[in-house]
Amino acid sequence: MNNKQSAGDVVRAGISVRTAEIVVALFLLVLGGLVAYDSVRLGFRWVADGPEAGYFPFYIAVFICISSLGILGQALFGKSRGEHKVFVEWEQLKLVLSVLIPAVFFVFVIQMIGIYVASVAYIAFFMVWLGKYTWIKSVLLGIAVSVATFMMFEVWFKVPLFKGLFNPLSIIGY
Amino acid sequence: MEEINALFHGFSVALTPFNLMLMVIGVVLGVLIGVLPGLGGANGIAILLPLTFTMPPTSAVIMLSCIYWGALFGGAITSILFNIPGEPWSVATTFDGYPMAQQGKAGEALTTAFTSSFIGAFFAVVMITFLAPLVAKFALQFGPPEFFSVFFLTFCSFIGMGKEPPFKIVAAMMLGFALAAVGIDTVTGQLRLIFGWHELMRGFDFLIAVIGLFGIGEILLSMEEGLSFQGRTAKINMRIVIETWKKLPKFWLTSLRSCIIGCWMGITPGGATPASFMSYGIAKRMSPDGAKFGTGMPEGIVAPETAAHAAGTAALLPMLSLGIPGSPTAAVLLGGLLIWGLQPGPLLFVEQKDFVWGLIASMYLGNIVGLIIVLTCVPLFAAILRIPFSIVAPVIIVICAIGAFTVNNAMLDIWFMLLFGVMGYAFKKLSYPLAPLVLALVLGDQAEDAFRQSMLISQGDVRIFFSNGLVGSIMALGLLMLFWPLIGKLKVMLKNA
Repeated sequence: MNNKQSAGDVVRAGISVRTAEIVVALFLLVLGGLVAYDSVRLGFRWVADGPEAGYFPFYIAVFICISSLGILGQALFGKSRGEHKVFVEWEQLKLVLSVLIPAVFFVFVIQMIGIYVASVAYIAFFMVWLGKYTWIKSVLLGIAVSVATFMMFEVWFKVPLFKGLFNPLSIIGY
Repeated sequence: MEEINALFHGFSVALTPFNLMLMVIGVVLGVLIGVLPGLGGANGIAILLPLTFTMPPTSAVIMLSCIYWGALFGGAITSILFNIPGEPWSVATTFDGYPMAQQGKAGEALTTAFTSSFIGAFFAVVMITFLAPLVAKFALQFGPPEFFSVFFLTFCSFIGMGKEPPFKIVAAMMLGFALAAVGIDTVTGQLRLIFGWHELMRGFDFLIAVIGLFGIGEILLSMEEGLSFQGRTAKINMRIVIETWKKLPKFWLTSLRSCIIGCWMGITPGGATPASFMSYGIAKRMSPDGAKFGTGMPEGIVAPETAAHAAGTAALLPMLSLGIPGSPTAAVLLGGLLIWGLQPGPLLFVEQKDFVWGLIASMYLGNIVGLIIVLTCVPLFAAILRIPFSIVAPVIIVICAIGAFTVNNAMLDIWFMLLFGVMGYAFKKLSYPLAPLVLALVLGDQAEDAFRQSMLISQGDVRIFFSNGLVGSIMALGLLMLFWPLIGKLKVMLKNA
């Protein structure tokens, strides 16, 4: 696992840790700002009947902003700014995105045709695309997983799952 | 000896064929969850929680807690055979576990790990049996300021004990509090932080966060590694087990020390992960073979495994007696209590005796069942890891999506799960801690209520938190924890000056 660090003398292309630190810190800062903004709208003071609704969130927002500024400061001016550590290499990022982007599509498809059918499609697609399995094998495994979850949730435990806007399972009465 | 009687009553509750069956199912599922990448104790239980809605609460908690024991055991399998820690608390187990496996002593390493885990858990369960009722009785007198002080101590220990940069711990924790504040304010009934988006009125469910942060985040992380598993094969038979057991008693001191470290870190929510590292570090310093640690010393497995299991089990003590979980997994179990219609907190010991003592008795039984199952089924579980990642990954993502949906029957939650997944990936890589985020999200509303109620009692005077010996000393302990790293630095500075 550590062989990546030991090969650190070779500069690898990718997003640097510093950039990632700055992006996440800015994200937190914006979030803190949003929370502060809404707390002020709700009222963050102490009134006759006690603290207003925004009292607690306001101080949370203050802490978020302080700590994100601290992280930002360390990333921009800290000791480690000269080091070029890689947060994620482009090759790795490609692999990560090859999971993430289909997953986003998967959730979108769930919204349309429900969890069961979408899962068959997703598992099959993933296996064919990244695992280089044959279509038949992949679809069969996808169906097996979906049938298993269907039996477990819908039939045995009577927990209905999402069937989507266009419910394809209505044919079999679910 | 009221506790002994209560415990035997608990055994009579837990020892039904149905509950025993649930124990076995729970442990097997738990080990599976511990072995598979992307599924861990916390999110595994979160996903299975909806399946227990219709079960009686005692049976439900027995099954879920057994999943937890199973996951604790399972983490060691991947660490030793594959050098991949299945769970964060088994990272320290890889240091000596994997070298032992490379030397062909995988069976011995696994037996050592499982036995140590068992001893750690057993020690912690005994402690829970006798300490939890006392703590609960004591806590019955707690008012809002006392409860707030316990919350305060909980969160300060994260900052003081955490290995991550303090700014990042605070940021992660406050983010959790902010997410908890989204939705209807419990005191005034106003809508907070929803920015006109009415679906946010329900707020963020921490189970979604757990599934996303730990599940999806972990899958994304594992994907980076490219996943060429290079596993060692393990042979465990009765002869290896007995021979290893013969060698283990000489590590009794390490074992005892690790138990105590684990229990302490579990109750004050340092958690299993720091406990395992701390215990490993101390064992290395104290052991006569300390210099050889890292080359495959059984003692280097005993220390972290014992401590991790003791901590993981001890984390249930504050959950049971105070209603304040000590780890994300304990938080998920606490969420279960609410779903089954039980009110967590000190009254649980008074009002739900069957439930509490059934659970405690099941901890004894569950760990015995767990030890037997892992010792006999290791090759089976190791085989699971040989399933290619291109099959495991989509199936786990599907399971996570189903889990996220069933929490509130809300489609939107699946989207949030993905979002939390990306966040978990980035946070983990930049060493933002996830545990304080999750606990703040769980406890945020309660902590805020306790704070505001105290403020109402005192009419805005902060001195209420130091108004009597009890609340004052808990707050002082919290402050001590908060500034612990600074105190350590100061000491070093004074020494050098």
